[in-house]
Amino acid sequence: MKKILSSFWIYLVLLFLYAPILILTVYSFTDSAMIGKIRRFSLHNYITLFTTPELLHMIFGTCILALVVAATSTILGTMGAIGAFYSKKTTRGVIELANQIPVVNADVVTGFSTCILMIAFFRIRKETYLPLVIGQTALCAPFVYLSVLPRLKQMDHQLYEAALDLGCTPSQALIKVILPQIVPGIVSGFMTAITLSLDDYFIATYTKPATFDTISTYVVNATRGSQTAIKTALWALSAIIFAVVTLVVIGMNYDTEKLKKK
Amino acid sequence: MKKNFFSRKQLAVPYAVFLLLFVIIPLLVLIYFGFTDENGTVSFANFLSFFQSGKTIGTLLYSIVIALFTTIFCLLLAYPAAFILAKGKFKKNQAFIMLFVLPMWINFTLRITALKEILTLLEGNLAYHPFFNTILCMVYDFLPFMILPLYQALCKLDNNLIEAALDLGASEFQVFYKVVLPLSVPGIISGVTMVFLPSMTNYVVLDMVYNSTYIMGSLIGSYFSSYDWHNGSVISVILLLMICAVTLFSERFTKSEQEIEKGL
Repeated sequence: MKKILSSFWIYLVLLFLYAPILILTVYSFTDSAMIGKIRRFSLHNYITLFTTPELLHMIFGTCILALVVAATSTILGTMGAIGAFYSKKTTRGVIELANQIPVVNADVVTGFSTCILMIAFFRIRKETYLPLVIGQTALCAPFVYLSVLPRLKQMDHQLYEAALDLGCTPSQALIKVILPQIVPGIVSGFMTAITLSLDDYFIATYTKPATFDTISTYVVNATRGSQTAIKTALWALSAIIFAVVTLVVIGMNYDTEKLKKK
Repeated sequence: MKKNFFSRKQLAVPYAVFLLLFVIIPLLVLIYFGFTDENGTVSFANFLSFFQSGKTIGTLLYSIVIALFTTIFCLLLAYPAAFILAKGKFKKNQAFIMLFVLPMWINFTLRITALKEILTLLEGNLAYHPFFNTILCMVYDFLPFMILPLYQALCKLDNNLIEAALDLGASEFQVFYKVVLPLSVPGIISGVTMVFLPSMTNYVVLDMVYNSTYIMGSLIGSYFSSYDWHNGSVISVILLLMICAVTLFSERFTKSEQEIEKGL
């Protein structure tokens, strides 16, 4: 009885989490403009998605932004983590405290404060994309820092000393000894940064140029409008993102399983 | 030797400068704008008007109500699920845990759109139940963020403690109430902080389900669109203070828990 109940609960929660997105995926392959109406199979949503310049521009823009932000955050966050780890306790404490601010802060406040600093105070134009990239980096870099730091703690520190004794310069030792050991932390930090940037709505609305849209801001605007073709093309986009995320997660899981066996 | 240490420390400099420029200074600018008026003179008028106007106080209360409902429903759904995943039938089944975490990776506006389509089918018109729809969409959005910390806390819980309690004659309910629940408090607190504060500010969900009531985040949004930096900053500063309070509270709580664990 208990076992049935617990399976029931798990499947119920999974149904709640997945039913909407699965139903939407099914309907993205029909010519229906509304869920619930049974219509014929059609790929027109996918054709619209890949032939409308506005949509393509928005999708590629979001991806490029996410890559730029994640790369900047990864470099800054990793350097910060290594540097802070070998700094004095007080310095490290201060950096850690500042690092925690964007993590716990509401995205609305992070976005609004970046916007105020850049646009109202320094009068940097949004069209330079600078406020957008910096705002999202300020959100993502702290998460990279947090995922690199545990790796540094686990590391064998005598290896670095050994490398120096064997004639490496400090920078060689850093690149050849420390860096390889923290790669898993850097990779997971990079992935977190990508997701955060792709998911971000608030920082983007406050700092993006008027002519540029990320997936989030575009979807929110599209729900206000009444263009059915665009609306259903976004279903196709959801289906594709769902498929890609599932593949990535399965792939990563497979990788860690393999590593464990080794 | 000293020289080598020096070079590693230096790596922190760019990040420290970045944090100072784009994390700390923006907050100082917020405080500056919050406490000045259009002419740049220091004034508390903005803050006073926030606390004197019934409209803004109403918004604050409404956001707290939304956040409370969202957090409670997330907790009620997530706790049993996390427990079953950590201790029950699906004991540490990696595939199932992945299934619960995966939605976090999908853009939240697209997920809400999906749920919205279903709700439109079921209810006909979303405008009839704005409050219910808002809570449902918020729970849908934040549920994975509640399950993960709860799951991690419950995994750490020592099975021997549960078995010992059962051996010593505790009923299952007593085991849950006196052993499992108290030991999972750090997980509950970190889950609650991950859901409560964001649901006070995530006004996009309200917008998408046609709930025209304001929450704290919507105030910032509307001041932003009217270029009213001063009042926008006031709301941000108030939110910051709340975030500080919650963070300090939760840190103190989890720290004292850790100390108890060490003591044991």
